[in-house]
Amino acid sequence: MLVRVLLAALLAGVLAGAFATAAQSVRVIPLILEAEKYEGDGANSGHHHESDSAEKAGHSHDSVAVVEEVEIEAWAPDDGFERLLYTFVSNVIAGVAFALILTAAILVARQQMSLQSGLVWGAVGFVVFVLAPNLGLTPELPGMPAANLQDRQIWWLATVLCTAGGIALMAFSKKIPLMIIGAVLIAVPHIYGAPMPEVHETAVPAMLAVEFAVATIVTSGLFWLVLGGVLGNFLQRATIAEANEEVAI
Amino acid sequence: MLLQNTTGKNSSQLENIAVPALDNKLVATIAFAALFGSFLLYFVAFAHSEVLHNAGHDTRHAITVPCH
Repeated sequence: MLVRVLLAALLAGVLAGAFATAAQSVRVIPLILEAEKYEGDGANSGHHHESDSAEKAGHSHDSVAVVEEVEIEAWAPDDGFERLLYTFVSNVIAGVAFALILTAAILVARQQMSLQSGLVWGAVGFVVFVLAPNLGLTPELPGMPAANLQDRQIWWLATVLCTAGGIALMAFSKKIPLMIIGAVLIAVPHIYGAPMPEVHETAVPAMLAVEFAVATIVTSGLFWLVLGGVLGNFLQRATIAEANEEVAI
Repeated sequence: MLLQNTTGKNSSQLENIAVPALDNKLVATIAFAALFGSFLLYFVAFAHSEVLHNAGHDTRHAITVPCH
């Protein structure tokens, strides 16, 4: 295995995840905390979430109204520093995950990497993992109605795979029919349609939802550009080092 | 004939080669990166475990994956 290449992805992911935490702290996280005040009957329930009938099976936001039941509720980080710490760790893991997936795609495409080409790959990652799924499933705040969780996860994954495959066909195939198939592939999940909730009523103010949508899209865009640029530079160094080592052996 | 890479430099100069050779090592690296990356993404953004969900809650909302 090309260990330096994997280490480059790991390091780029960690840096991008750390950057994401700082960027999210500006608008995204405060808006999540604000929206949680509107969950349930409007009481400030901290990190707990009211369940609704659509997601009782298997999913897990049962807010506990009765103090005696608190003991059986699953662990959750305390609000404040602990919660931010877990968000940081989660962002770093997500950063590494996206960096590894992007690296696999770059290696498959056999592209020469640099900071500049990394920015392009990051922009494509943003389109694939953020813009395309959000065209159907708009960014959700806690307390906003949504369709069955598993249905939405399947649609999200299908949309990401179709968009990535479609862009790959359009970018790398030289044949017009294949490029058309690529364009169709990108459109298919949106023609099929994302799972929608039966009711759209929510206690979360519309203004909050709009601000959150803009904040997450902007923050995610910055995250993907940082990830792509840093990864491009690190991969360039790593592949040169690997090549030099090959010759030395 | 002189082979040129995209930077316009002679690609026979080793320091300019920035695309790894297609061999078993590369295939193993691609497989590992794709699988481990997907596993991490599942773990942090999709797993239905309540504890994992609570730990990664704000990240799931921020990266706009389905959460609730």
